[in-house]
Amino acid sequence: MEDVAIVGVGQSVFSRKCGISIRELCFEAFKEAMDGLDITNSDIDASIVCSAPEYDKQRTPSGLISEYLELTPKPAFCVETVCSSNSTGIRVAWSLIKSGLHKVVAVIGFQKMSELSSREAAERMSRGGDIIWESPFGLTMPAGYAMHARAHMAKYGTTEEHLAKVRLKNSHYGAMNPKATYRKELSLEDILSSEVITSPLKKFDCCANADGSSCVIVAIGDIAKRVTKIPIWIIGLGAATDTMTMAGRETLTGLRCAQEAAKQAYGMAGMGPEDIDVAEVHDCFTISEILAYEDLGFARPGDGAKLIEEGETYVEGRIPVNVDGGLLSKGHPIGATGGSQIRTIVRQLKAEATEAQVKDAEIGLVHNIGGVGQYGNVTILRR
Amino acid sequence: MGIEHFGTVSFTSETKAAGFVTFLEQGKVMATRCRKCGASCFPPKMDCPKCFSSDVEWFEIKGSGKLATYTVVNYGPTGFEDDAPYILALVAFGDGLQVFGRLSRDIEEGDIKVGMELSLVPIKLPKDRIAYEFQTAHGNTPHG
Repeated sequence: MEDVAIVGVGQSVFSRKCGISIRELCFEAFKEAMDGLDITNSDIDASIVCSAPEYDKQRTPSGLISEYLELTPKPAFCVETVCSSNSTGIRVAWSLIKSGLHKVVAVIGFQKMSELSSREAAERMSRGGDIIWESPFGLTMPAGYAMHARAHMAKYGTTEEHLAKVRLKNSHYGAMNPKATYRKELSLEDILSSEVITSPLKKFDCCANADGSSCVIVAIGDIAKRVTKIPIWIIGLGAATDTMTMAGRETLTGLRCAQEAAKQAYGMAGMGPEDIDVAEVHDCFTISEILAYEDLGFARPGDGAKLIEEGETYVEGRIPVNVDGGLLSKGHPIGATGGSQIRTIVRQLKAEATEAQVKDAEIGLVHNIGGVGQYGNVTILRR
Repeated sequence: MGIEHFGTVSFTSETKAAGFVTFLEQGKVMATRCRKCGASCFPPKMDCPKCFSSDVEWFEIKGSGKLATYTVVNYGPTGFEDDAPYILALVAFGDGLQVFGRLSRDIEEGDIKVGMELSLVPIKLPKDRIAYEFQTAHGNTPHG
């Protein structure tokens, strides 16, 4: 069966408040993704829209976006795994193409989080856990990750300074990314002295809500080779879940959904962590990046802090991670995040990331997590 | 009293596990066990997908557990604004049984240590609400 490739990637500028409608926001990413491709709207066989619908004012946005981008009468539908919706969209697009149903699929992610008042957003946040057994205690998403952080610190001696060093790195690269919400380079002092949100996580350990869109055009091999000079091949896919409840977690010092998804993706690609040249990981919080180092096998369990301490995840390091600034700098428009991560890896593999290019990058990995480790997706791409 | 009285803010009122609150009123924190295959669960489950039985029994979580992790929440979501700061915790009671909840406000932040022994105690909250919390095991230990 034919291989499947990514032929186009795009994203809007991520910002705290975009000031335009979701259809116009999606147009920006679609336009960049289609740029230079030898296909038009009518060549797209289906569109998959990825968003966390509880943040949308528009009911069933896939129909609306299909109309605005003039993709009708082709099929359109929505997929959702909260913050990893977009990677789930890539997985579904790959399956649709592999099955022979479609040849070209557009995966469009978006979130306009400024559409809700901060009060409404806080209300959504209060229902992110199990609403019968855990939300009634006031569990929030940062609190869930903070509990993973505390467990990691207690077991392995990871410190608040290690966490801060993740933000230090990501703010360094975020400052170079014109699509990022936060482009200011922070000092270790700035990060460590920021207010505590939910211990041990401080303000600068947390990513921010944002408005943004992304688009990934996925195509079957023969078309991919025809419409673009450098197709980027999807060679590994992994997806898994862990419990919704904190009470059900068998491990706290890692995310089981990520470990399992990584195992599947490496298995499918026939390779291991040592083969990855550049990675995008889901750093919704600084601790999340350290957990990802270990869950993906870039570091042994407990050694994630050492990897950042030794600077190995900078562009010049052994395994560059989030050299576009990560979610911490870009902001996190839930449904658009996975596509933005894919876009960064595609640009790296095509040697187009002039601002922070990893030398001779041929194989890249995307790690995209939904909720507090409820959904894990790992995607491996090859030039 | 139904499940809509459980915790600081509740979000739903209907579950087959509402008996949990009745036991809380009697001073007991309960988990469930499938009578057919013996699988035990917390949070409680009234159905067993392992053997497709809905014949489950309640049993009390007794004794002390070990603090697995915690966080001091300084910003509460809607409905919890006036409640913060509060401390969320996960406590392991053995045999894979873990309970999520809050630490008692009587415990000083500086005294909290992962691994410390805690007991599980039902508590009444204002406005006719009911919950449980974790207290230092050498303090109030109604479960002996």
